[in-house]
Amino acid sequence: MNRRIPEDVLIEALSTGDLVPESPSHAAVLPRPEGAPRTASEAKPHPIALGDSEGTLLEVAVGPHHPSTHGVFRMDVVLDGERVVRLKPVFGYLHRNHEKLGEGGAYLAAMPYTDRLDYFCSLTNNWAYALAVERLAGIEVPERAEHIRVITAELTRVLNHACLIGFLLQELGSMGTPIMYAFREREKILELIEALTGSRMMCNYMRFGGCRCDLPSGWIEACRDVVEALPRFLDEFENLLSTNEILMARTQGIGVLSAEQAVQAGMTGPMLRASGVNYDLRKVDRYGVYDRFEFGVPLGAHGDVYDRYMIRMLEMRESVRILQQALRAVPAGPIINPKARLRGFKPPAGEVYGRIEAPKGELGFYLISDGSANPYRYRIRPPSFINLTILEDMCRGATLQDTVAILGAVDIVMGEVDR
Amino acid sequence: MNLGKGILKGLVETARNFVGSYYDPARLVTIQYPDERRALPEKARSFPMLVYDGEDPEKGLRCVACKICEKECPPQCIYIVLDRDEKGRPLRRPKIFDLDISVCMSCQICVEVCPFDAIKMNTEFELSTADRFGSLLLHKMDLARPASYYLGLHPVEAGEVNARLAAGPGHAETKAKPAAGPAPAAGTTSGAKPGDSDRP
Amino acid sequence: METLEQIKSRLEAAIPGLGLEIQCNGAVPGQASLVVPPARAIEAARFLRDDPRLALDYCSNVSGVDWLDRVVEEHARVTRVIDGRERVFDECRERRVPGYLEAVYHLYSMRLKHGPVILRQRTVNRVDQARVTSLTPVWRSAEFQEREAYDLFGIVFEGHPDLRRILMWDEFRDYPMRKDYVEPDDYEYEPTPHDDLKEKARRHYPIEADA
Ligand code: SF4
Ligand code: SF4
Repeated sequence: MNRRIPEDVLIEALSTGDLVPESPSHAAVLPRPEGAPRTASEAKPHPIALGDSEGTLLEVAVGPHHPSTHGVFRMDVVLDGERVVRLKPVFGYLHRNHEKLGEGGAYLAAMPYTDRLDYFCSLTNNWAYALAVERLAGIEVPERAEHIRVITAELTRVLNHACLIGFLLQELGSMGTPIMYAFREREKILELIEALTGSRMMCNYMRFGGCRCDLPSGWIEACRDVVEALPRFLDEFENLLSTNEILMARTQGIGVLSAEQAVQAGMTGPMLRASGVNYDLRKVDRYGVYDRFEFGVPLGAHGDVYDRYMIRMLEMRESVRILQQALRAVPAGPIINPKARLRGFKPPAGEVYGRIEAPKGELGFYLISDGSANPYRYRIRPPSFINLTILEDMCRGATLQDTVAILGAVDIVMGEVDR
Repeated sequence: MNLGKGILKGLVETARNFVGSYYDPARLVTIQYPDERRALPEKARSFPMLVYDGEDPEKGLRCVACKICEKECPPQCIYIVLDRDEKGRPLRRPKIFDLDISVCMSCQICVEVCPFDAIKMNTEFELSTADRFGSLLLHKMDLARPASYYLGLHPVEAGEVNARLAAGPGHAETKAKPAAGPAPAAGTTSGAKPGDSDRP
Repeated sequence: METLEQIKSRLEAAIPGLGLEIQCNGAVPGQASLVVPPARAIEAARFLRDDPRLALDYCSNVSGVDWLDRVVEEHARVTRVIDGRERVFDECRERRVPGYLEAVYHLYSMRLKHGPVILRQRTVNRVDQARVTSLTPVWRSAEFQEREAYDLFGIVFEGHPDLRRILMWDEFRDYPMRKDYVEPDDYEYEPTPHDDLKEKARRHYPIEADA
């Protein structure tokens, strides 16, 4: 193996996740060119020299149909030369009022709709919704189902992160190669997911109290083969990218976000941890059976685009660790709580907020039940939407080409942003 | 300053992938569809179909027009009218069973809630058509498929269903949760066994 | 973490005259919420964020909720004098409770890793006084979510830096997430044979629908 970071250094650098935010981070071992800003506080936005007359500023609408905006998303940008003075994101092109649809049907009827939120990660969306409803109605989930949920969620995380890195590189101008490598791996994972759920992307797999169907025969072995091959892919992917001088020049010191800013703006997921805040719901909430597995939470120190890239690389390696442990530990038993009801399900009156660590950040469901078969209020906390809150601050003073990199590293899917 | 080293390293990687794509199956994943086809997994699903027993799709339809699937379908794309005889007595079969696959999202909830194992998922997926409306609204006879066809598509699942049906009509009708019911004994799935033996 | 009662009493001690109320949660007792009067919500929010024992530095979720006007039946025993004799009647009186809109905030602490503490602000009614105080100055993460609640529910957040529609387009007039929202009648023909849709289709496309 020709890994760039020696194993022991990496393991030491990863925090265990139970430590306070000031835990050691991997950032010390990341390569940095001379003179690049090293910490968030050192990085100063470029001074903006506002022109003395109106005419010197240029207003550009980036999007809605722009290859770098991940779908139909628009940024109204005001430029002074090449520097961004103001940036207002405009959403809603894909708005279908998902929350109203959820309130119009039974609890179960919303499950297939959650697939279409972040359509890259339908299994984690399913889990978040199932978790919220299970809390609301007090339904226990059998062990076997919990393990399968962990496995599917971590597979989803790997495919999401790999594709995100591919997209980011595509937007930085690396046409084709990284995204094709990522999609090749994604294809292998999608085949597993299809064999399990019957569908590649719109899985509709979880049910309140468990999962819809059991593992097909030979699935665990097939999954183990894919998981065992992942480290080699990650090594290659890192060889290809991590020390690439162009990538480093384009991403280091760009879009810097301090830990305070990130927390204040409600960032979650890899975006938050790239700024060095140790907050991973798999460790904090210990939902499912995550507390049985050993894994680290990678943290960044600079909070720039490169750290966001690197965090995702490292998180994939941690996901592989979880997968290896979970695949060994799947117990026998029922896949769904026998008391769970498919039809005529009515949770008690009350409300619940349930959240999980989705690949893009904290995905939460807030449900109010009035005791009837439909949720009275069905609200989604979409991570990619809220992670855009501070986009303008990250981009102010950057050049337009850097805003593309910054947006690309946020990891948004418009199906979830617009709902 | 060793500028360019990282780029070179990356180029070595692309070269390795390029050469590997000629012989390494792990790098050779493209399938030349439609000339070449991948076998669909057992659980694959596209749109629902109606299963009938025997030869005659009219008579053998398992559906009794109980309308449970119509009620539970999230986007409301099923439309059923119960058939009645001249005296107006219900005949326990649908007169109209329409399914709009331009609306259907292949969620399989209708299959899970049907207490009579009458509606199952098909796997046909090459359904593109030039007619936006007509050909996407499937009627009863477009949806009907013989039980043997179902057995061919989903052998494991259909085998379980057939065993349940053979156990008597009473059994089939009282079963409350078809697809999502408690899993069959863990021994039938390979998932449990190897996992246990591998445990450290 | 402290219980909600403790938080409530500490808040009331720190901010005199702040009338708080605890709303119980029948399904998940651990997720009961605090109802804060909008007029002083921002002081309460600052206290929750800055208090070292709570340190609720992270506002996870902001959600609008619509509660329609409702009629509650009240049963009471009344004594009336009829024909010179006192008689006890069971009387059922109906009382109209005016509806209101609600903004719900789910707060967590990233530093101390606890939560949630749930805050609710309620408007006076659903029509002309649908106002609460924006907590965006305290938690920046509320910025887009409050805009969304404004867009979909019509809750006006006073003090919000940039209160515009966010998901719907600017010219849109109604609030689609309200419970009494009526869909605009812009039906596009499709052949789904449900009766109510057929009726609509007939109105819009008399020829195709009958074909
Ligand atoms: S639930 Fe089954 S039996 Fe009832 S109407 Fe639907 S397909 Fe027919
Ligand atoms: S698969 Fe889902 S959307 Fe399609 S008919 Fe069945 S319940 Fe309706």
